[in-house]
Amino acid sequence: MAKIYSNASSKHNNLQPKDETVRFILNYSKALCVIDYNNLEFEALLN
Amino acid sequence: MKKGLIQDSALVTNYINGDENALSILIQRHKQKIYSFIYSKVYDRDITEDVFQDTFIKVIKNLKRGKYNEEGKFLPWVMRIAHNLVIDHFRKNSRMPKFDNTGEFSIFSVLSDSSLNAEKVLIKDQVESDVRRIIQELPEDQKQVLLMRMYQDMSFKEISERTGVSINTALGRMRYALINMRKVIDQNNIILTN
Repeated sequence: MAKIYSNASSKHNNLQPKDETVRFILNYSKALCVIDYNNLEFEALLN
Repeated sequence: MKKGLIQDSALVTNYINGDENALSILIQRHKQKIYSFIYSKVYDRDITEDVFQDTFIKVIKNLKRGKYNEEGKFLPWVMRIAHNLVIDHFRKNSRMPKFDNTGEFSIFSVLSDSSLNAEKVLIKDQVESDVRRIIQELPEDQKQVLLMRMYQDMSFKEISERTGVSINTALGRMRYALINMRKVIDQNNIILTN
């Protein structure tokens, strides 16, 4: 049987983002406010 | 109602209507797939974190601006954004390639040693000694100009002042010196390459 020289592709199924990354995204979402004024969109980050 | 039973489309609608918790559920539900997808392309945890974060910043902006339509499914849409950001990352990196030595790749495999090895040193010495022998064969006036120009790095003005001839004469002597050297090299089949 022919030898297989290539490495088996590793699975990356158990990878997760850091909790702080997820927390940042959720806080960003809470802080972001899109203001629509005269067909113009403004983004505002509210603390 | 259990979290898993709420459809993505319903969560997206809830989020657009101001339910921040809906986004949290969407992230929890899909973070592993999206993160793994990004990692499978970039193979770097830090870059994966950055791209993952940028992906959801785009998702949030698009949803809050009302630019998401329900024609496509939520996950494929997010994956497409992530895919585009991965491409952006590689484009940026191809303009400014970065090498780190943390993985299997070694920087030394692309760097070559510019110093001469033993064989090249021998060849260089041989060539230089041949050239010196050929110079000794030249007429005295030509040899003098050539040595001053090539070995003492003097200008033709300095050579003319030192030898008491005009610049044109010095230039002529240099020209004949080179012609004569080429003749000797051709006649004796001397190879001067390293």
